[in-house]
Amino acid sequence: MELAPYLILGCIEGLVTAAVLALMAVGLSLVFGVMRVVNVAHGEFFMLGAVLAWFVADQLGGHPAIAFLAALIIAPLLVGTLAMLADMTILKRISYDPERTIVATIGLLYIIQQLTLMTYGSNARPVEPPFNQRIAIPWFEWTDGGLSLYWPWGLGTTSYKLAVIGFAIILLLGIWVLMTRTRIGLIMRATQLDRDVAQAYGINVDRVYAMVFGLGAGLAALAAVLIVPIQQAHYLMGHDPLLLSFIVVIIGGLGSLVGTVIAAVMIGLSDGLISVFFTPTLAKIIATLMVTFVLIFRPSGLMGSK
Amino acid sequence: MTNQPKKILTPRRQVIKGIAAGAALGATSIPLWGRYAQSQSSEPIKIGFQVHRTGIGAAYGRWYDRTTMAAVAKINSEGGINGRQVEIVSEDDGTDPKRGAEVVEKFATQHNTDLAFGTLFSHVVYGSAPRAGELKIPYFVVSEGHHVASGALNRYTMQPGITDVKSQVQAMAPYVASTLGKKVTMIYPDFAFGHDHRDYFSAAIEREGGTVVEKIAIPPTETSFTKYFPKIPRDTEVIYHVMVGPAVLTFVKEMGEFFGSSRPEIFGFIDSLEAVDLSSPGLEFLEGTYFWEGNPRYAQANQSEYDKAYRAAVGVDNNGASVSDSKDVATYAHMFGCWETLHIVKAGMEASGYRGTGDRAKLIEAVEAMTDMPHSHAHPQGAKRFNGKTHQVFGHQYITRVSNGRLELAHTTSIEDTLYPDETDYTTQSF
Amino acid sequence: MMMSDSKKSVVFHLGFLALLLLLQFILPAYHHGNLARIMVLATYAMGYNILFGYTGLLSLGHAMFFAAGMYGMGLTMTHLGWTAGPGMLAGLLAGVLVSAGIGFLALRTSGVSFMIVTLMFAQAGFLTILYFGEWTRGDEGFVIRQADRVFAGIDLSHPTYRYLAALLLFGICLMLTIRLMQSRFGHVLIAIRENEERTQMLGYDVHFHKWMAVIASGTMAAVAGAAYALLFGYAGATFASVQYSIFPLLWVLLGGAGTALGPFIGTLFMFYLIDLSSSLTTAYMLIAGVALVLLTLFLPQGLVGEWRRKMMPWLT
Repeated sequence: MELAPYLILGCIEGLVTAAVLALMAVGLSLVFGVMRVVNVAHGEFFMLGAVLAWFVADQLGGHPAIAFLAALIIAPLLVGTLAMLADMTILKRISYDPERTIVATIGLLYIIQQLTLMTYGSNARPVEPPFNQRIAIPWFEWTDGGLSLYWPWGLGTTSYKLAVIGFAIILLLGIWVLMTRTRIGLIMRATQLDRDVAQAYGINVDRVYAMVFGLGAGLAALAAVLIVPIQQAHYLMGHDPLLLSFIVVIIGGLGSLVGTVIAAVMIGLSDGLISVFFTPTLAKIIATLMVTFVLIFRPSGLMGSK
Repeated sequence: MTNQPKKILTPRRQVIKGIAAGAALGATSIPLWGRYAQSQSSEPIKIGFQVHRTGIGAAYGRWYDRTTMAAVAKINSEGGINGRQVEIVSEDDGTDPKRGAEVVEKFATQHNTDLAFGTLFSHVVYGSAPRAGELKIPYFVVSEGHHVASGALNRYTMQPGITDVKSQVQAMAPYVASTLGKKVTMIYPDFAFGHDHRDYFSAAIEREGGTVVEKIAIPPTETSFTKYFPKIPRDTEVIYHVMVGPAVLTFVKEMGEFFGSSRPEIFGFIDSLEAVDLSSPGLEFLEGTYFWEGNPRYAQANQSEYDKAYRAAVGVDNNGASVSDSKDVATYAHMFGCWETLHIVKAGMEASGYRGTGDRAKLIEAVEAMTDMPHSHAHPQGAKRFNGKTHQVFGHQYITRVSNGRLELAHTTSIEDTLYPDETDYTTQSF
Repeated sequence: MMMSDSKKSVVFHLGFLALLLLLQFILPAYHHGNLARIMVLATYAMGYNILFGYTGLLSLGHAMFFAAGMYGMGLTMTHLGWTAGPGMLAGLLAGVLVSAGIGFLALRTSGVSFMIVTLMFAQAGFLTILYFGEWTRGDEGFVIRQADRVFAGIDLSHPTYRYLAALLLFGICLMLTIRLMQSRFGHVLIAIRENEERTQMLGYDVHFHKWMAVIASGTMAAVAGAAYALLFGYAGATFASVQYSIFPLLWVLLGGAGTALGPFIGTLFMFYLIDLSSSLTTAYMLIAGVALVLLTLFLPQGLVGEWRRKMMPWLT
């Protein structure tokens, strides 16, 4: 394929990755930023979202759009609730000590993964997208008559992928509004800035933490419901997104949601574009090293406030 | 006597505790012969089954387990081996090479099984086989990897129940070149299994006068493939694909979305679709494409009585799905290896007069002496030819075509098509 | 006779090693084999402990050091035909070089950034092993033949010699760790963990000490990796993957970070937890997960850490 259409394809694919990654990373950024803990089980919340979406779709049957919509609402709510429970029973008890939280969330990871394996099984199962038309994308070429449109072979995307990008944008805007314009967002940001002072002002920090943890998990689950019609739901699918979302959060800078989104877009796009030029494994090596060196030379991340 | 509120175990409690502790200790340290103090012949034959219950191989492990249990049930109902019943001791290796080696050790030193078998993923085989060689326990893998035949392993490791990737791949080249096209683009996962496909097929297709116009390697954990497809050259006549892992359905779907209605010929290995229902949404575009199948998933018009009985025993219907859940599709192209391996164990033990772990070397020699194995209830996939020197079995390979949502047999290779020169001779090694 | 705390600790640990030596003659075959494996992996964990438990730097990329040693030994033996002794040296050297280089770069960051940078370097290392699959055989890995695993005429694949070699490795590294931690250098590391700024203000070259800690930690991990390849005959990219960076963290935290024996106890505990529960149910990882949650709720200092806190405060 010629370069320009190839780049366009890489861009679109990259944006889909970025959209899902942004949602998941924002969830992690909230948890990381407000609670200062590393949640190793974040990827499992993501996986649960996908698996629950399959359950919902499988139980409801009927038109895929309705099943998908139901999954979109039910799965994040369930996962968020589960996360809140985990926070109140485990994390609170260990006072959010960073190291103990790592061990506890690793334990949680094993528990969730194994329970999923025992109930859902080891197969990867698909969920039907609510709609999925193939859209061919035109591009320009020079012909004798000047610039004209043509449809490059293989350059296309699907209506669903475009919808994912659009939906993610809307959601991210919604979160931004939540954080900056609502009282709840104010409380969360206050707790993030200084937990003790916030407590002195009468904010129930424990409840805020539970809510944040639940919200973070819910966002991961939501990202998974969006991606599951494109990929499938598999019990090990949380592993890679976990690593990626950590990277995005750190690169974007702790405490900055805008930075997280920018980093997600950058990393998502680079994933799509670098493979245009290099063999995939080499591309991944280069991408990984690039990320590393950004951190080495700008340790607080792109827009870090620390 | 002081008035100390001390908890004192009553003598009876102490005795009971002691018995319990002794029993627990005894259970792990009394050797096998001590537990069956009566006649030797009632002692079961213990076969250690190294199964991928968790990890990336879990979807295969489930079906390997079902097939193994069905084969053992059949063998036991027919009188067992040398009049002794067969007992399977399963251990999960988590599809991890480190754990695999530990499990082999467990079979040899704790469970005291007569042999170990069942491993699928090649990296686990590589990690576990050395231990089997050191512990001198027969290790029959059901892996498809070229590891055994390449000479990298040891005299105790064999693959008598399933053919290896080199023979499978090279047997495909003649049909592809003559029926589908001579300019091939290969899409494969960027790790050892994929590289084997790349190397063996490139060599084989060139022998048929074809060329590989593009080689697209995909990172193993990739979840979205659209961005790789533009690398496919316009003049490609055949796409050759073999993908493994949970993302296979996405791969096939996105390939369909990429090509739309105009596509080249497509030839894939069923690995891309093992355990995936052909009627899944998005797979419609596979209509008219071809697949290598180790064992045809759909019952064919020329279905043998052996395949029929095998399906009934394992619980698979004529569409290759579980009889209790039509959405639960079997890993039909691989799991027969467990069935056939167990029958070979039986044949080998009976030929060598196997009595106990002291006869392990004799079992190996008996299997090494095997050559032609006809199509039978013991070998429902088809006739086989075993190479005692390379410890690898060879058999028929099947090519099927998707027609009206089913995979219909299009071609069966001869065993000769699949042969290649010996690369090693394990029989020269000592035990 | 009153022994100083540090002397008491040394004697205790020597006694522990003597116990392990005794077990070589007593243990049934299965547990004997397990213990050899555990001792090598515990050496890996001890290496990790130097950086994490004592210096307070959490790395998520130690698998690259383990793999450096494993491949340093494995590749020189397989492709260059070196014997076991030079192979181990190659593994050790690889560990020194990789940890010095990575440490230099990674220490420009701290805290969570350090975590991610080490994670990323390890990922890049893993992918590089796959990329050069022609020599490394990628994820499949390669076998180091039994015939080659001989040192000074001793066949290391023999259970007794394997156990003794593992014990030797573990013992040396254990005593080295204790020596290190009881020395001035070790005390500075602990000071860095407790309060880095104050240590800096007191005039110590914190950056240099941290770098040395990374090198010590990475090299010990590499030696463990090389030993694993030598004693168990296999080198593969799986050992460079992320989960093998998580394992030592887990083992150290369970056993007790900042204690010399913690890594061993943690490795032992996890091994048998998985082994025993896998004979009870196929859901053994579930049991492991529950055990982890319970342990961190009720025994936060790890098994040895709690023991030290309550019974032996003089333990290193």
